[in-house]
Amino acid sequence: MYQVGNLVKELSDKHGRLRESLMPILQEIVQKHNYLTDEAMVEVARELDISAAEVYGTASFYTFLDTQVKGKYVIRVCKTITCSMKGKSDIIQTLEEMLKIKVGETTADKQFSLIETNCIGWCHKAPAILINEMPYTELTPEKVSEIIKDYMQK
Amino acid sequence: MEKKGLNKVDLIFEKIEPKEVLIKAFKMTSAEIIQNILESGLKGRGGAGFPTGLKWKYTAAEKSSEKYIICNADEGEPGTFKDREILDRVSNKVHGGMAIAGKAIGAKNGIVYLRGEYRYLLPKLMIELESFHKMIKEIGYEFNIEYRMGSGAYICGEESALFESIEGKRGEPRNKPPYPTVSGLFEKPTSINNVETLVTAMMILQHGAKNFIQYGTKDSRGSKVFSVSGDTPTPGIFELELGMTVQQFVNEFGDGDTKAVQVGGASGFCVPRKKFAETIIGFEGVPTGGSMKLFNSSRSMYNVLHNYLEFFTEESCGQCTPCRVGCQQLLLGVEKVKKGEAKSTYLTELVKLADTMKIAAKCGLGQSVGNAFKSIVGNFREEIIY
Amino acid sequence: MINLLINDQKVSVQAGTTVLAAAKKLKINIPTLCNHDDLCVAGNCRVCVVEQKGARTLIASCATPASEGMEIHTNTLKVRNARKHIVELLLSEHRADCTKCYKNQNCELQTLANEFAFGDHIFLDLVENKKYNIDRSSPSFIKDDSKCIRCQRCVRTCSELQYISAIAVANKGAHQKISSFHDRPMSHVVCTNCGQCVNRCPTGALVEKTYIDQVWDAIYDPDKHVVVQTAPAVRVALGEDLGYDPGERVTGKMVNALRQLGFNSVLDTDFSADLTIMEEGTELLVRLKKALVDGDKKISLPMFTSCSPGWIKFIEHKYPEFLPNLSTCKSPQQMFGALAKTFYAKKRNIDPSKIVSVSIMPCTAKKFEADRPEMRSSGFKDVDYVLTTRELAVMIKQAGLDFRNLEEAKCDSIMGDSTGAAVIFGATGGVMEAALRTAYEIVTGREVPFGNLNITPVRGMDGVKEATIKIEGCVDDWKFLEGAELKVAIAHGLVNANKIMKKVREGKAPYHFVEIMACPGGCIGGGGQPIPTNMQIREKRMKAIYAEDEHMVLRKSHENPDVIAIYKEFLDKPNSHKSHELLHTHYVERDNY
Repeated sequence: MYQVGNLVKELSDKHGRLRESLMPILQEIVQKHNYLTDEAMVEVARELDISAAEVYGTASFYTFLDTQVKGKYVIRVCKTITCSMKGKSDIIQTLEEMLKIKVGETTADKQFSLIETNCIGWCHKAPAILINEMPYTELTPEKVSEIIKDYMQK
Repeated sequence: MEKKGLNKVDLIFEKIEPKEVLIKAFKMTSAEIIQNILESGLKGRGGAGFPTGLKWKYTAAEKSSEKYIICNADEGEPGTFKDREILDRVSNKVHGGMAIAGKAIGAKNGIVYLRGEYRYLLPKLMIELESFHKMIKEIGYEFNIEYRMGSGAYICGEESALFESIEGKRGEPRNKPPYPTVSGLFEKPTSINNVETLVTAMMILQHGAKNFIQYGTKDSRGSKVFSVSGDTPTPGIFELELGMTVQQFVNEFGDGDTKAVQVGGASGFCVPRKKFAETIIGFEGVPTGGSMKLFNSSRSMYNVLHNYLEFFTEESCGQCTPCRVGCQQLLLGVEKVKKGEAKSTYLTELVKLADTMKIAAKCGLGQSVGNAFKSIVGNFREEIIY
Repeated sequence: MINLLINDQKVSVQAGTTVLAAAKKLKINIPTLCNHDDLCVAGNCRVCVVEQKGARTLIASCATPASEGMEIHTNTLKVRNARKHIVELLLSEHRADCTKCYKNQNCELQTLANEFAFGDHIFLDLVENKKYNIDRSSPSFIKDDSKCIRCQRCVRTCSELQYISAIAVANKGAHQKISSFHDRPMSHVVCTNCGQCVNRCPTGALVEKTYIDQVWDAIYDPDKHVVVQTAPAVRVALGEDLGYDPGERVTGKMVNALRQLGFNSVLDTDFSADLTIMEEGTELLVRLKKALVDGDKKISLPMFTSCSPGWIKFIEHKYPEFLPNLSTCKSPQQMFGALAKTFYAKKRNIDPSKIVSVSIMPCTAKKFEADRPEMRSSGFKDVDYVLTTRELAVMIKQAGLDFRNLEEAKCDSIMGDSTGAAVIFGATGGVMEAALRTAYEIVTGREVPFGNLNITPVRGMDGVKEATIKIEGCVDDWKFLEGAELKVAIAHGLVNANKIMKKVREGKAPYHFVEIMACPGGCIGGGGQPIPTNMQIREKRMKAIYAEDEHMVLRKSHENPDVIAIYKEFLDKPNSHKSHELLHTHYVERDNY
């Protein structure tokens, strides 16, 4: 759990308090804290004067606006057809072994979350993943383990 | 039917300075710009293929002090990645195309809706946007563009779902009519165009509609960018003249063992080898927003279909019955048939369901799930059952 | 006018009319599900699809405006096949335990299934593969996701009519569902228990929590003395569940039926409604005196009525800073409850622990209200069980009563007397009108200056009503009010309550007294009333309420003989110490999510 503190207020000052401000606010919270806590959603609802259920309902529509605990680095492995054909399973296996978690889980130290996602637009360089917003493409088990090692040292 | 061979073109990524074209365009009247685009026969490059000139004409005809031009950069169709490449390489042409469209319809504000998966591009795009804004100010024209981000929802590529998303809501498609040209973003007249469409429109003004219609066929004018992936030695982005057959495409990109090409992504059509020669890629045959996936004989078409159905089951917005429940039924249905828990004749019921989805779903997503389903089941029935 | 053809018949309609409404004009019935007269168009269930000549796809008739020259066919093979598929799809995600379902035979999906999906189902059962949540946390209703077909009527009700959005659509695709804030139990979110969603749910996904069996148990327990009270709005709506048309008054038959069901004493919430007027009217006058004469800055005005438990919970969640503005009076139900186990017990010489107090209400929020910890001032749970109008109809059917041929009967005495002022509590504006009838007379010694006591400016279905009453010719005690203009406002439906509260918060509300009812139309449109509901039905019930008032001999609360008697024998006077102990309450601030 993180404290939203004044963040929501600052973001509302920055993006406004209209309904259309909702997405940019939620996106920026997620960029900073990787996911939306209940507390954060309630605060956003208060600032924008909309119901908390509406905030949750909207957030839960969007895959990238996580409402469950996520690690500092969210690894999204593309599972759509080309990546699936070109070795996605090996990438997942490597990641699971390195991080000692299964798909859908977050490491105990809250550093990494591993999830699958739909097409991220790198089919010509499959298999591909996103780590937070950065794409990594044409992966092999060796390549992905090097990348994760780098992140582990960050 | 008119056919063209496979010809590579360099229009979209051609390095030009948009400034000259913009100066030319801003001197034209709205009607003149629209006339040029109408004459070019340009159809939307996102996949649906609505005539761009008409869209602009309808939006221009609306009386409203506020209108929007929206660049749809929510490129989510499995197998397409050309819009990312265009934004990455020639964003100034995208911005330029928006300004021209804005001039045509009478909008002073443009919004690029960029999918969340492409957020890494944003810092660079912001710098390029700043110099673009500076440039058109120098020309003495007023037009403002801002970027709004998606957050991982395929359906937001549907125009009215995209508006809902910008408005801060769940990306659920609206009832139509009213159409966006009458009531779009914030209920204002809106022209929403694909990234590539906007660039193409600009290039039409650069080179002239007459030049443009030299390329392509009667129903599919010009060239377009293809995203090629799957079992091919040369995956990537290719700009090709429209009007080639799938066979010609496979001759160029296949690995010698191509058994099927999925044209238009998960919502498109599967063309089997025996139909390669007779199928034209374009609006007279199988249309595509650019996605071209090749499958060789080592691939199970059941796996391909299953992957697509999982995709739709997750990415349906869930509001309308045919799509929300229909996708689940198609997925569970093919699983049961494959496992032998349902009779193979059940596939016939599922094909009927796909037909219902095509005519009864609320938006293009639900309506197009049947395309892949029917063309894969129809052409590879044995692979689905055994 | 727009001219179109539907099934080859010509019809002309106003611009903006939907194809569905145009067809209705021709008496062509197109089935619907997500559509509801009270709510905005959704167009999501697709049951109402029809064929439009020249269109690539079918169109949703509820969501498509008629256009000139349109040619529509509502019953082609294409339409029928699609419709059958759609109904089958809905059934495949619906846990169809119809014979056990509370909504059996009053379920719109069941009706459609009867028409389109009998025999073997085409599609696979999706319910068995999914984890569903059945939320029984609220004392008022049950939310059973396994029966939900995602028509979103409840979501639209909660936002458009009630401004709460305690529930919203969450997730997408196969996981899409109707959810509270992060799936929290309904008892722990801003839900007001108003039950308007229950009234509009086409299936059994949202139903009231029933206490019918508990009430039968009490009735058949020889150790128990079971008293029953019925709210005024029940008697103008109960008939709808027993084969009558909307707007029929069944007061006398209802009283007889209750007696035949075995209740030991059949009493009337009208009695405590009149008592409420005495208490609340006095409270208002005292507040006005303290504010206007004594200059007491701590007095909160405007004063809000407190009869509607949905409204109470709304303000507790959304505008807690205005809790001091709420009248401290309990609702009539709870005043009755507190007196049943004290005054009534004493009068009848019955051990209060043996009394089971049942109330029949047009309301689901009343079930929550009865469960509030504040509502035990008799030393017991003041009201033991709250049944809705619908549940009473079920009991009458269970008992096999021939309701239509029952003799008319009258309530028992002690707490059974009623006036027209109490009856109109059931309609929006009614509490205000009743209060004015009494307060004006207290202050001036004369009847309110409206023909036949009918204070028409506070009546009707406008969402927010305002009125000003000039007070002239005051008696000595109330001289300070001479010439004053009493400003009042009335809102029904929480979306309208919110409009008033916004003004109050902005300091732009000049009112002294505000009546708020959580439900559209007031209690006649309550969440416990017969299903379906729509404006026409509510208007008919409202008309019946005012007819009931007109037919009463006594039409002012302070003339109710049982009320006069209870002050004399037990309570002393309005706002007395005893009254405060039994008839007044306090409120709590709640979270806004």
